Amino acid sequence: MNATTALDMSHKRSTSVAMPAGRLFRAYVMEAKFETIRMLRMLGFAVPFLVLPFALYLFVGLFLGKEGGNARIVDQLFAGISAFGVMGPGMFGFGIAIALERDQGVLALKRALPMPPAAYLFGKMFMAMLFATIVMITLVIAGTLSHAPITAWQYLSMSIVNVLASLPFCAIGMFVGVFTSGKSAPAFVNLLYVPMFSIGELWYEMPKSISWLPPFSPAYHLKKLSLWAASAPSGNDGALIHIAVLAALTLLCSFVAIRRLTRVG
Amino acid sequence: MDQCLAELSAVTKRFGKIVALDGLDLDVRSGELLAVLGPNGAGKTTAISLLLGLQQPDSGTASLFGQSPLRVESRRQVGVMMQDVTLAPELHVRELIEQVSSYYPDPLSTNAVLDMTHTGQIARRPYSKLSSGQKRQAQFAMALCGRPKLLFLDEPTVGLDIQAREMLWATLRALIREGASIVLTTHYLEEAEALADRVAVLAKGRVIASGTVDEMRALVVRKRVTCRASVASEVVATWPGVEIATRDQQGLHITASNAEDVVRRLLAADPDLRDLEVRRAGLAEAFTELTQENAQ
Repeated sequence: MNATTALDMSHKRSTSVAMPAGRLFRAYVMEAKFETIRMLRMLGFAVPFLVLPFALYLFVGLFLGKEGGNARIVDQLFAGISAFGVMGPGMFGFGIAIALERDQGVLALKRALPMPPAAYLFGKMFMAMLFATIVMITLVIAGTLSHAPITAWQYLSMSIVNVLASLPFCAIGMFVGVFTSGKSAPAFVNLLYVPMFSIGELWYEMPKSISWLPPFSPAYHLKKLSLWAASAPSGNDGALIHIAVLAALTLLCSFVAIRRLTRVG
Repeated sequence: MDQCLAELSAVTKRFGKIVALDGLDLDVRSGELLAVLGPNGAGKTTAISLLLGLQQPDSGTASLFGQSPLRVESRRQVGVMMQDVTLAPELHVRELIEQVSSYYPDPLSTNAVLDMTHTGQIARRPYSKLSSGQKRQAQFAMALCGRPKLLFLDEPTVGLDIQAREMLWATLRALIREGASIVLTTHYLEEAEALADRVAVLAKGRVIASGTVDEMRALVVRKRVTCRASVASEVVATWPGVEIATRDQQGLHITASNAEDVVRRLLAADPDLRDLEVRRAGLAEAFTELTQENAQ
């Protein structure tokens, strides 16, 4: 079929610029779908973030089970590894992807095209939350296989908290992604990621002399919130302070990053 | 053909101390293919970026379909093919087209786009596995999928083989026949010569010449004379009005501002002169002369 024939048959100029609600919804769905497909096909991203938390919990959990680990240690371990598992997809999925897409002209192309403005971020947010959901499902399977003394309700409540709490880490990743280049973004994300889980008391408690340090890590607040949701011992602070810290961080990082994205790209 | 679809009016844009656009006026009219030409750094990319809302003018106005280019409604009538874009390597060509189609209210079907752009063969291939020419074809397909009234094409044929380039040109001509408008930036002057209804030559952030290809050629007084003659090229080079004189196996090649005088002198110097040909300057000569004049 030559070009002229094809055009005559099917190409009429667009006459309407109004986007029906159904088409608008579809644009968001397609953005989320292709962002997820893209990241799942990127084995260097998908495999470490989906397999590592599962393998880590299964490995440690089996030992704990054999040694009759008490419920408190098991809760703490599950909450810690859950927080570790949901941080990565948000921070790296947002941070490195946005930095790369800014470098490679994809963001400029999408801004020039009539992509609904929020669809770009929605797609990435959906992907990060879907990865967080998969991480939580694998962790529940690992917990069940290792006979962890965690109830179904505790699994569910901790999973919901962790999936929702992947959003602050998306915001942190976005913040890094809009200020760094594609080449430097992995280093900058790691610069935040590693200290965050290291000082966040995800695996062990900090010595008393530096017990003031963990609250500076968002991961610490996520773990505490997760334990609170599971009605496990989570300290004396209550949930509100942890929710407030994570919410404020999300709003601040998102505000600065979106402002820069819309003005500079 | 006179309805204005996109316009830059007295636009100035600076990047630090560099003035990228200096009071630029540029309009794109309905049903035309406008070729925007200019040397590197002339302001072509900045001008297109302003029309697409990617940047804001420091002064002056940019409009797209009578609205601000920042409004998504105005960009729903636009298709875009940029030069320096690396699309998601993991996605297949069909998926990339489907993704971009979802941004438009009434896009073509993916199969129709693949047919139009002859990309059916690569539809299920990941973008990372395409040759550079195939990547340009995939990007062209993405630019067409929303049935745009106005297409912005930045160097669309870089990396294409001759057959693919001819097919792309045929598609562009068909789109123009159907009433679409196209803004083409290219370094291939023969591409502008073959396709453009109107040419705008930019230099130092201003339009230094604008008109049809013939009008551009007419701006240049130089003509090219070729012939087989026994006169030495070094001698011809000293004649008044002769700018360049060279000889190769095809004969003597002269670029002169007074071709008629040169032909008379050639015939006087060599009555056996053969294969005489006098041609007007092409767009390439016009472009070179215009931009050199502006650089002085």
